[in-house]
Amino acid sequence: MPIVYLRAPLRDLAGGNRQIAVDGATVGEVLRCLERDWPKTTGWILDERGRIRRHVNVFLNSETVREDTTVGPHDRLHVLPSISGGG
Amino acid sequence: MHELLVGTKKGLFVLRGDAPQNFSVATRAFDGQVVEFAVRDPGTGRTFASVTNGFFGPRLMWTDDVASEWHAAEGPTFPEGTDLAVERIWVVVPGETDGLLYAGVDPAALFVSRDGGESWSLNEALWAERIEGDWQPGFGGLALHSICPWPGDPQRLAIGVSAAGVWLTEDGGGSWHPGFAGLVPEYLPEEAREGTNQLCVHNMRRAPDRAERLFMQFHGSVYRSDDAGETWNDVAASLPSGFGFPLAIDPDDPDSAFVIPLTGSEDRVTPGGTVRVYGTRDGGASWNAHGDGLPVHDAWLTILRQAFGTSGAGEDLGLWFGATSGEVFGSVDAGATWSTVAPRLAPVTSVRASA
Repeated sequence: MPIVYLRAPLRDLAGGNRQIAVDGATVGEVLRCLERDWPKTTGWILDERGRIRRHVNVFLNSETVREDTTVGPHDRLHVLPSISGGG
Repeated sequence: MHELLVGTKKGLFVLRGDAPQNFSVATRAFDGQVVEFAVRDPGTGRTFASVTNGFFGPRLMWTDDVASEWHAAEGPTFPEGTDLAVERIWVVVPGETDGLLYAGVDPAALFVSRDGGESWSLNEALWAERIEGDWQPGFGGLALHSICPWPGDPQRLAIGVSAAGVWLTEDGGGSWHPGFAGLVPEYLPEEAREGTNQLCVHNMRRAPDRAERLFMQFHGSVYRSDDAGETWNDVAASLPSGFGFPLAIDPDDPDSAFVIPLTGSEDRVTPGGTVRVYGTRDGGASWNAHGDGLPVHDAWLTILRQAFGTSGAGEDLGLWFGATSGEVFGSVDAGATWSTVAPRLAPVTSVRASA
């Protein structure tokens, strides 16, 4: 199964796990499975339309990806807040 | 007499006082509008204000008398064919020849004026780099917010972009190359860091007496360059946090820098509810906390990128900063002691000393 890597504060919503094996064939499926397995993450990464939130970046290995990107069983998904120059 | 130009979410406030504890509002302009940045060109005495109207967008205003009429500059606006509009004017910086000024905007672009700020044109070479490099915005937009002229040499310039790193020119803006070496974007997965241009510069200043030296507040650390911005070394090890936005220097001391750390990217307030300015006099090898007179209890302040200015130099260095709480603080002894300059303005976006 693909591995999802989380940082704070998402990590805290997933039982403190830095990495979690989650099933799914696309990025969207993996993230919905993450919500199923760790319900406190619901709504944090995907919005109510199932889209990755605007200020969240999901990397598949080293590339930023969207919901419909195909995911292989040995892939790594990193979920991070977008870099923010809002000051 | 000291004078501060304080940009806020509700207009420009011109504060005057003979000591930090004795300031008052001399003039207010652009009532109710966001003043992103205001600065006076010391060469001409002309004052500039970047004003963003919530309904009618951004414009650059200028005046030769802050108590009198303001005029709208011709630009900065994108030329036809770029299919973009200026969203925000982040900074205006005087250049090294008469009438030369630079402006940095969102979406990240450099504009140049050669007539004292009355009209502006796009630097096409940097714009081409932006298109070629597919620069990406941070949370606050794609902002060109730091512009560092080289004293005495108008051909050389360094600019900082959130989030597209440092760019350098040695031919007056005719061509640009990146200054990325040494910057570590810890906000990216390790495997995505190599070769990325997603480098979130928060602020950058040049030491005027040693022009090849620059300091940078980055997204998560503080860096120093000793080769004009080509390469960077992390100097944040002894700071309580590497995260923050503003940065200032003492123009008389190339080993000096001052930062105001915030807890971190996820919690952008002064650590522990205590307000401290950290200064170095040894190029970042060590940092000393300055807080005598600053709030120490339940003070969870956010100090924005342009909200930290200086006046004078050396032992008489003035340090002035404002917070989104609406407070402005000042020191005229290089940070040894502080006073509240203004306790209840609107959220502060920028602070620059004008006298």
